[in-house]
Amino acid sequence: MKEFKVTPIRNGTVIDHIAVGMALKVLKIIGVKDDVNSTVSVLIHVPSKKAGWKDIVKIEDRELDPKELDKIALISPNATINIIRDYNVAEKFVVEVPNVIKGIMKCPNPGCITNKDEPVEAEFVVESKKPITLRCIYCDRIATDIAEGLR
Amino acid sequence: MDVVSIRDFSREQIEHVLKIADKMVPIAKGEERSVLLEGFVLGSLFYEPSTRTRLSFDCAMTRLGGRTLGFDEPKGSSVAKGETLADTIRMVDAYCDVIVLRHPQEGAARLAAHFAGKPVINAGDGAGQHPTQTMLDLFTIRKEKKSIEGMNVVLVGDLKYGRTVHSLAEALAMFGAQLTFVAPPSLQIPKEHLKQVEAMGEKPKISSSLQDVIGDADVLYVTRIQKERFPDPAEYQKVAGTYRIDLEMLKDVKKDMMIMHPLPRVGEIAPEVDLTPHAKYFDQAFNGVPVRMALLGLVLGGLK
Repeated sequence: MKEFKVTPIRNGTVIDHIAVGMALKVLKIIGVKDDVNSTVSVLIHVPSKKAGWKDIVKIEDRELDPKELDKIALISPNATINIIRDYNVAEKFVVEVPNVIKGIMKCPNPGCITNKDEPVEAEFVVESKKPITLRCIYCDRIATDIAEGLR
Repeated sequence: MDVVSIRDFSREQIEHVLKIADKMVPIAKGEERSVLLEGFVLGSLFYEPSTRTRLSFDCAMTRLGGRTLGFDEPKGSSVAKGETLADTIRMVDAYCDVIVLRHPQEGAARLAAHFAGKPVINAGDGAGQHPTQTMLDLFTIRKEKKSIEGMNVVLVGDLKYGRTVHSLAEALAMFGAQLTFVAPPSLQIPKEHLKQVEAMGEKPKISSSLQDVIGDADVLYVTRIQKERFPDPAEYQKVAGTYRIDLEMLKDVKKDMMIMHPLPRVGEIAPEVDLTPHAKYFDQAFNGVPVRMALLGLVLGGLK
């Protein structure tokens, strides 16, 4: 019999196939700190057929917005989103890295104009999706530590 | 059209600018008069000190019959009161036909171009881009050597932090020059830029000894090694001394080897070198005027 470490949820979102070790960053992205209306279960270091090991996050009674999905894609491009309604998987898709990243992370270059008090959002061109390489459209700096820069 | 980064330009576009710059030389020297940009106003916003860049833009605009307004330090302007760059740009945009911006923050020119309706020319954004310097460097080599392709260009000095050197190296590679990077290991060109240069042209040579490579150089491009990059002043003295260009260093160089330097220099080139036919850095400084005239003429639509 299959052993459930965490029971199925009735409504909400299961983020599966998170790159191993990234679950806590996913929690930061979805802002669980500020929203204590539902249960969030986190599984770290789960055996995975595809990738050896993975992390899983289950959020009850909540679906994610596009900005959150973009952020998850940046730190874990193979993550799968399962939207659960009444115990059934209503939608299932792999997150997608957008071509342009705007307003969701700050430029890693402290000398970049977007890190000053200017009325602009940092914007990046995705130069490569595997591995994820972003270039600031203002200062041209290549961003490598993406999880660090996420707002 | 904005002039923010040299990367925004194709080789053909740069060649077009250089060709027009060549035609501007007699006007830049004051031998001919022009009213090409009569009635046009240039907004010159210098948030950081600059001698050559600011004066040569001012000179270029004046020689073409236009006028310049602006500031050369943010003190005394509304910037000092905490105005954002975006607001300053929107205001200046209403007062002039073209904006020239020097700013300490990287990406400032791109931001200005975003908020301005008028063309923006980047006159240096922090450690970022300085496209008009790159163009005048290319112009200088082409004027002296007739061609950039196949020239052996040795770049010496701070190749790590001097990011204007990076855009120059990329542009030279695009024009088919053979590059040699000479610097102490701690100031050698960063890997990512080396990759860019390799992707654009021939594989560059890397060396830490100027003596080893100077004999083959067609162009020697010297940059300033900044004291503040060295925690130990003795180390700075040693490195700076190794790359100092003097008559002894020039003993076995090609007869027509040219020496360039973006200036200001602080001891990298001995004054006695100024009198040799190799010294081209003052011509290079002059060339900023015709190149900037060409750019102003093009962005303001006076030239096609």
